[in-house]
Amino acid sequence: MTVLFFVLQLVTIAVVIGLLYRPLGDYLAYAFTTSKNLRVERGFYRLIGVTPESEQNWSAYLRGVLAFSAVGILLLYALQRLQQLLPFALGFPAASEHLSFNTAISFVTNTNWQSYSPDLTFGYGVQLVGLTVQNFVSAAVGLAVAVALIRGFSYRRSGTIGNFWVDLTRGVTRVLLPLSVLTALVLVATGVIQNFAGFTDVTTITGGTATIPGGPVASQEAIKLLGTNGGGFFNVNSAHPFENPNPVSSMLEIILMLAIPFALPRTFGRMVGDHRQGYAIAAVMGVLYIASASLMTWAELSSGTMEGKEQRFGIIGSTLFGTTSTITSTGAVNSMHDSFSPLAGGMAMVNMMLGEVAPGGVGSGLYGMLVVAIIAVFIAGLMVGRTPEYLGKKIGAREIKLASLYILTTPTLVLLGTALSFAIPAVRADVEGTSIWNPGLHGFGEVLYAFTSAANNNGSAFAGLTANTPWFNTALGVAMMLGRFLPIVFVLALAGSLAAQDRVPVTTGTLPTHRPQFVGLLLGVVVIVSALTYFPVLALGPLAEGLQ
Amino acid sequence: MAHTRGAFRQTWTAVRAVLVFTIALGVLYPALITLAAQAMPAQSSGSLVRVDGEVVGSSLIGQSFTDDEGNALPEWFQSRPSAAGAGYDGAASSGSNYGPTSADLLAAIADHTAAVAALEGVSEDEIPADAYTASASGLDPHISEAYALLQVDRVAEARGLDATAVRELVESKVEGRDLGYLGEPRVNVLELNIALAEMDK
Repeated sequence: MTVLFFVLQLVTIAVVIGLLYRPLGDYLAYAFTTSKNLRVERGFYRLIGVTPESEQNWSAYLRGVLAFSAVGILLLYALQRLQQLLPFALGFPAASEHLSFNTAISFVTNTNWQSYSPDLTFGYGVQLVGLTVQNFVSAAVGLAVAVALIRGFSYRRSGTIGNFWVDLTRGVTRVLLPLSVLTALVLVATGVIQNFAGFTDVTTITGGTATIPGGPVASQEAIKLLGTNGGGFFNVNSAHPFENPNPVSSMLEIILMLAIPFALPRTFGRMVGDHRQGYAIAAVMGVLYIASASLMTWAELSSGTMEGKEQRFGIIGSTLFGTTSTITSTGAVNSMHDSFSPLAGGMAMVNMMLGEVAPGGVGSGLYGMLVVAIIAVFIAGLMVGRTPEYLGKKIGAREIKLASLYILTTPTLVLLGTALSFAIPAVRADVEGTSIWNPGLHGFGEVLYAFTSAANNNGSAFAGLTANTPWFNTALGVAMMLGRFLPIVFVLALAGSLAAQDRVPVTTGTLPTHRPQFVGLLLGVVVIVSALTYFPVLALGPLAEGLQ
Repeated sequence: MAHTRGAFRQTWTAVRAVLVFTIALGVLYPALITLAAQAMPAQSSGSLVRVDGEVVGSSLIGQSFTDDEGNALPEWFQSRPSAAGAGYDGAASSGSNYGPTSADLLAAIADHTAAVAALEGVSEDEIPADAYTASASGLDPHISEAYALLQVDRVAEARGLDATAVRELVESKVEGRDLGYLGEPRVNVLELNIALAEMDK
């Protein structure tokens, strides 16, 4: 019976995402390619001093991304340090320097790692004018970079790859904001709260006291999921009944996380003029998602418990949400991954270690998968001894260097961060004495999970880890920043060099990149690259624990 | 030079963009949703439950039914173990985060199992999983049907009620899977206890 319910829920997800694929993907392509500007957008461009018709070369586009993100980090840092002066602070003081550093980077990089407990740290002021804003714009930055990379394939002999400010704005005004308004209200209908009531103490029927929290939750919840952000309004995120009241809302939240990342391959196919290319990418993402969800659910049904799970969701509702959240770079949770059985917790890490490409975060999932596709055509080219091409663009030395740098970045950050946590004696003492909650192999897993989550911009945690320390706030902050912006540098450079090329004609020797053969090749490359990189460290953590 | 000028100009654009987005998305958007959510006052204010006009809790936020020392009150159905603050602290949601191979988890499970077995007068292997494990939120408003039924005899005895009537009350309060296949069957403890008090008037 349990297996039947799992299959039915997976089918529900597949059907809804399948129905959304064409209309949402086509709409996204329209939103980012039309020459018409809405009146509100024209007003916005005038306010910020941008000419929407002028396109940028890749380095100007990159400077836009970096300038916008840097200003976002500074403002978010300042808001936290001055929290006590903001309205609706609920009496909470300013956050510490290292926590503010970590949180500012975390929300601007679309990671939404939370070293803090929101219930006890931030009032509504920081949550709204700081965190909610970055929930929107960090996702819009990801969308913009993905669209710029697609233009690299669709443009010919072009010096430009689009205008960052236009892409950023349209991501908000035409995609994220309208969808969030709609879904926030649907979430309220399911029972998610939206008020400014603060904490209310009531007398219970036994004569005791109970505290009922308040807050503008639904408005943040919608974009938390649609933008694959994942930062909870409350400490326990989507396990909190006010963020996720029932199994229907939980299914809705799963679909919100998957909607845009799974529709983007359609956008890609449309913009490069060949829908079959989009289907091939979506197929790889879909196979990985279904395999991963099945493995985690099997592991947890075999040896999991109800520890850290809500009765209304049960085991299946928890693993489906956990898979979705870790494989989309969202990082929301509706159960405590720290209490998952060793192999299920390990699967959460594997999902992130795949590089957040199946389907990955909003925008970042697609550009990550396209980079791996470039590696895949290169490997195929080596096997047959031809210069590799992808969508008519030659993959030469420069493209391969950029793609290789991309896929080396996050593993380096994950492994280096984890190793330094145990290699520096003073840090190790602090990590083992203060931060690790479950000693032994599982404690090693907590640290590995943290760096995997930060470098891949996921944001979920083995939450027993006390990460609100100078070491973790700083090291994870650096990992999130480099894990987000170095790949963006490589992707935009790649977009620039692809856009500058002409398209080479298809010949009988061209590797078709829309057939099952290529889908299989790409699947293999995604799995083998991450497996080779991470197998040793997984063996030290979740695998060893699972064999205990 | 053009490079530096370009970078400066884009930074100034970035400052203005961040400020306008902050007003639009950080102030106007939440205000719009808050206003629109007024059309659904029951949900937006927290699914509050009233008895005789007084708010006694939320149907979504679990509560403990214990005395000041944390001992179970036998005349009430009990919620799951909670790691939120001292237990069901609505201002400090939390799971235990004990790892699957943790000695602390085994000890906590042994403690909870022994306590439930003693309270209900049953053997330890009859106790359902939700009764000895802490929930993810620490605020889980539900228990399984099995755990609710396990408590029937003790509650009926403490209140001097007919056990069959209490059992029927529990069964009337069981919520099935949403749409027949989403989530797990469950019983809302606060709603059950309010109905119980009503029956015992």
